[in-house]
Amino acid sequence: MEEKDLSHPRIGVFVCHCGINIGAYVNVPDVVEYAKQLPNVVHAERNLFTCSEEGISAIKKGIKEYNLNRVLVASCTPRTHEPLFRAACEEAGLNKYLFEFVNIRDQCSWVHMREPQKATEKAKDLIRMGVAKARLLEPLEEIEIKVAPSALVIGGGVVGMEAALNLARQGFDIHLVEKEPELGGTLRSINKLFPTNQEAVKLIKPLVEQVKSHPKIKTYLSSKVKQVTGFIGNFNVNLDGKGEENKFNVGTIIVAIGADALKPTGQYGYGKMTNVLTQLELEGRMKRGESLGQNVVMINCVGARVPERTYCSRICCMTAIKNAFLIKESNPKAKVWILHRDLMTYGVDFENYYRKAMELGVRFIRYSLERPPEVIGDKKVEKIKVYHELWRREIELPCDMLVLTTPLIPAEDNQDISKMLKVSLDEFGFLLEAHLKLRPVEFAMDGIYICGSARWPTDITEGISQAYAAAAKAAGPLRMGYVKAEAINGFVNEDECSGCGVCEVLCPFQAIELQPRDGKRVSHINEAVCKGCGTCGAACPSGAISMHHFTDEQILAQVEALFS
Amino acid sequence: MAEFEPQIVAFCCNWCTYAAADLAGTSRVHYPPNVRIVRVMCSSMVNPLYVLKAFEGGADGVLVAGCHHSDCHYIDGPVKCDATVDKLRKVLHVLGLEDERLRRELVAASEGVVFARIIKEMVEQLKKIGPSPFKVKTEALA
Repeated sequence: MEEKDLSHPRIGVFVCHCGINIGAYVNVPDVVEYAKQLPNVVHAERNLFTCSEEGISAIKKGIKEYNLNRVLVASCTPRTHEPLFRAACEEAGLNKYLFEFVNIRDQCSWVHMREPQKATEKAKDLIRMGVAKARLLEPLEEIEIKVAPSALVIGGGVVGMEAALNLARQGFDIHLVEKEPELGGTLRSINKLFPTNQEAVKLIKPLVEQVKSHPKIKTYLSSKVKQVTGFIGNFNVNLDGKGEENKFNVGTIIVAIGADALKPTGQYGYGKMTNVLTQLELEGRMKRGESLGQNVVMINCVGARVPERTYCSRICCMTAIKNAFLIKESNPKAKVWILHRDLMTYGVDFENYYRKAMELGVRFIRYSLERPPEVIGDKKVEKIKVYHELWRREIELPCDMLVLTTPLIPAEDNQDISKMLKVSLDEFGFLLEAHLKLRPVEFAMDGIYICGSARWPTDITEGISQAYAAAAKAAGPLRMGYVKAEAINGFVNEDECSGCGVCEVLCPFQAIELQPRDGKRVSHINEAVCKGCGTCGAACPSGAISMHHFTDEQILAQVEALFS
Repeated sequence: MAEFEPQIVAFCCNWCTYAAADLAGTSRVHYPPNVRIVRVMCSSMVNPLYVLKAFEGGADGVLVAGCHHSDCHYIDGPVKCDATVDKLRKVLHVLGLEDERLRRELVAASEGVVFARIIKEMVEQLKKIGPSPFKVKTEALA
């Protein structure tokens, strides 16, 4: 393609009637005449629908006939139609970033219908501002980054294994890293699963076998990720384990490191009295078939939904109900009480499961945060005193075993992972995705994904679904073999940069780094990582950073043009 | 003499407030035609210089609007924008501009009605306090 001379802007303005949507309220012919006399505008015309086939060919024809090197369309909104007009420019040999959109429908005709004259004046102002910006537009290229066809999965629990298998079955090389000497994660300590009462081992064992025998999965046990550098497509990973170091490159990363169960030391005699355990410890006893006594009391929300830890850990109510259910099932004469605050039985079939537990004779007693149950006993818990919210009086329950239902808390490793992968933590210390609804399994950092309880307490079903989602997301770039970086991103004028580092601190994507250059330190923006928010430019005290397509000059020209 | 019509420049983030203004359009929510929108990618990229330039040019009011704190496309842009606007207010104070002339708002993509309401409020408020002192001076010099 022949290079266009861009030094002297030749702007073409296409004003759209949008049928009657603009044309009935804005005097389009008047606006076109106005546009014609704006500086650097060499052609202006109006179209019934600029987005129609005729409109698009009018743009292409205009580019050729008038040798346009900037195109401006005044019509609906860039949010729906910018890609179409950009494509038209590209087809006519004009870089798509030499296109400027002016919004005269959503911002003008549709909101000022009762004031057609003022709407027309506003349309002229907006076009004048747009032309001022268009004059300064520059061609941009989206750089392509190669993606290595392999992934790192951190965490060899059920969620991590599912994610690894899913990716391996799509043909990618997977490095699965587990810090424990065995695969299986928390599930290895679990007896049975709600709401099916299936043994946990029946889920894990085949999974572990499949992972171990899959030729595309390389498993590293008793290993930890020591260092990760690079960015999407080419992360350099350094492992530390069993005295040996492993190094490899991957295109994408999935974090599935799970969570820890809270140990409620000091609460309700835990750690002091012999017959007080957590649900997780109870699972172990049940798995080994140890006796539990005739009277079992469970207290829910121990360390959860309290001022110092306000969140609900979601899975614990069902864990308590499940264990109570199983105790009653194997020993119908046993008495099991669950002391709870609220009950969360939110999943498929959970409410039925809860009802069945009641039918089996599990007793549910509601207590309040203000009047928590009290433990009676010396070396052992003998009784539990609780204020029954519905009966409005205090009752005493015999107790051979007290089981404390505690929440999942952020894994200890979250801090390290957060620093190493440059990903965020939420207020409680769980790893935080880019957006709860729009990007649920992705981190803000491209190419890194999250699933399972590392983000938030999840049960097995949810964890596996998230593993599939994360694997699907991680597979996208691996399958394509490349990703395109934003063309609208920040750039540094190194001569102006004083090396203060404000930009480095503020960048939400850790795309900026100070680097030595000719005896001083200057800001360097990694194009592959930059998302183009422009925070750095606004904060730069030297005015050394600006953003492509939204440069200071362009925006200031727009503002100046309004008042000219 | 014709009634004073304030001129407002609105810097709107691409993802939320610009979309809200579009929604006001598609829902045909009317608001006064006194505002001109400048599209920016994120409210955090609004350089204080842009706002000062608008006032220098003769804007009676400036709106800096973007996503709510939890909705930012770039994680925490609104927090950074808040900080910039806070600092900018002090400068405007020194320059003798009334506080009401600079408005910082969080308007989500779904809040077309809110966007229209804000513009209405701003126009009413600016009509009460009158033209920007900068504008008066610029005109006197001309």
